[in-house]
Amino acid sequence: MQALTNRAKEVSREPMTFMERLYLPNIVKGMAITFSHIFKKQPTIQYPEQKREFSPVFRGLHVLNRDAEGRENCTACGLCAVACPAEAITMEAAERMPGEEHLYREEKYAAKYEINMLRCIFCGLCEEACPKDAIYLSETFAPANFTRKGFIYGKDDLLIPNKNNAPEEYAAARGAARV
Amino acid sequence: MTLLALDWILMLEKLILIAIIVFASLGIALYTTFSERKVAAVLQDRPGPNRAGPMGLLQPLADGLKLIMKEEIIPNSASKGLFILGPAMAMTAALMTCAVIPWSSSVELFGRKIDLQIADINIGILYVFGVVSMGVYGIMIGGWASNNKFSLMAALRGASQAISYELAMGLALIAVLMISGSLSLKTIVDQQMAPGAWWNIVYQPLGFILFFVCAMAECNRTPFDLPEAENELNMGYHQEYSSMKLGFYLFAEYVNMIMSSAVMASLYFGGYDVPFLDESTLAPNIAAIIGVLSLLTKIVIFLFLFMWIRWTIPRFRYDQLMNLGWKSLIPLALVNMLATGAVILWQQG
Repeated sequence: MQALTNRAKEVSREPMTFMERLYLPNIVKGMAITFSHIFKKQPTIQYPEQKREFSPVFRGLHVLNRDAEGRENCTACGLCAVACPAEAITMEAAERMPGEEHLYREEKYAAKYEINMLRCIFCGLCEEACPKDAIYLSETFAPANFTRKGFIYGKDDLLIPNKNNAPEEYAAARGAARV
Repeated sequence: MTLLALDWILMLEKLILIAIIVFASLGIALYTTFSERKVAAVLQDRPGPNRAGPMGLLQPLADGLKLIMKEEIIPNSASKGLFILGPAMAMTAALMTCAVIPWSSSVELFGRKIDLQIADINIGILYVFGVVSMGVYGIMIGGWASNNKFSLMAALRGASQAISYELAMGLALIAVLMISGSLSLKTIVDQQMAPGAWWNIVYQPLGFILFFVCAMAECNRTPFDLPEAENELNMGYHQEYSSMKLGFYLFAEYVNMIMSSAVMASLYFGGYDVPFLDESTLAPNIAAIIGVLSLLTKIVIFLFLFMWIRWTIPRFRYDQLMNLGWKSLIPLALVNMLATGAVILWQQG
């Protein structure tokens, strides 16, 4: 029979030779292999102390962006919720009142914005759908939680801290590598 | 001080010695579990337990604490008395072996000559075999009392394996006994220690390999861990056990390993002998300490070998196990025994 790939190996059905029937030489060979692994480099990363760098395209926890003046970008258009294949995003819109111009960039904003992190598949389609550059996937990931409720992230969890008065929190929310 | 025709100081001395040896064996067994995990880890390119204490050195204590704190479960359908007796038997049998192992020569303390061996009985090695085969009852009783098919299957396997391999082990041993002409472990070690004498491994390389393979089977170590085959029998005979009763079973395996390492070191590797060193030229106390260290080193090397093999070779299939035992090891052991006997006769003749 013709093999489909060049990696196919014919199984030998020959009876074992005397050396093979002795077991021990092959066992010694195997033990030499395991012994050589003592001197190999361990790929382990000691997690809480050492962290592995994410690649720049890593899709992690979402953040809701602010503009340069610290105003929320999101206008609650709902395109992210439409794009979301896992239906993880819900939102409620509200109108900006006079005197709130320093908080919201446009006349409409999201009064409620929730992402269920248990439903989310971190595909990044919301990021692509957003016309206002409001939602981004950062380079952090959702920490563990004890209850299902804890995984429904509201606006207070998602909204990125203001770059102007809290730069450190801002950097932490974005993730380490991408600056 | 002699009262009721007993030497009470000797009794005290032996009691202290027993306490030291038992607790030392338990302590070493505790850290054998740790080193098992570490060895497994480095052989598989991972760091192993390293969180509890510096370098993870407190890990065995954490493990022990965890086992003790677990809920004690005795299944309703289990035979209660036997269910408790099983792990107790396993542990007792494992620890009893240490009574006849010569840990070193004698020390002189308070003007007394104290042998570092609990009992130098003249049938020492037979005692070891008797006690080791009692260990099988631990497995058998545990598996039977659990009232569980898997446990029973495991117990059956364990018993048949132990019986098959004990035969080959005994036959391999007879060749050593023919050379030494004594059943006392102390005498066997002393003969290997004598200036100009070689260790028994030189005369009995095949015998040692057979003995080693059988010892591995007796300890239920991989590749002979059929009684506790995790993936086919759900942990086998200790499936129903929890808490410290499970701990006793797991622990007994490690104590068994240590004891069989000590027996192998005594029989084939000169016991507490240091190669190329004439101990009789040293002060007796120093010689004794060097002897203990030397025996411990040999034990540690054997333990590493046990672990190294465990993390290299997969488990035997049951029929392969029986084939190896009855069709290879026993005939080889018989040939080895006959050849040894013939050579001894030829040398005498």
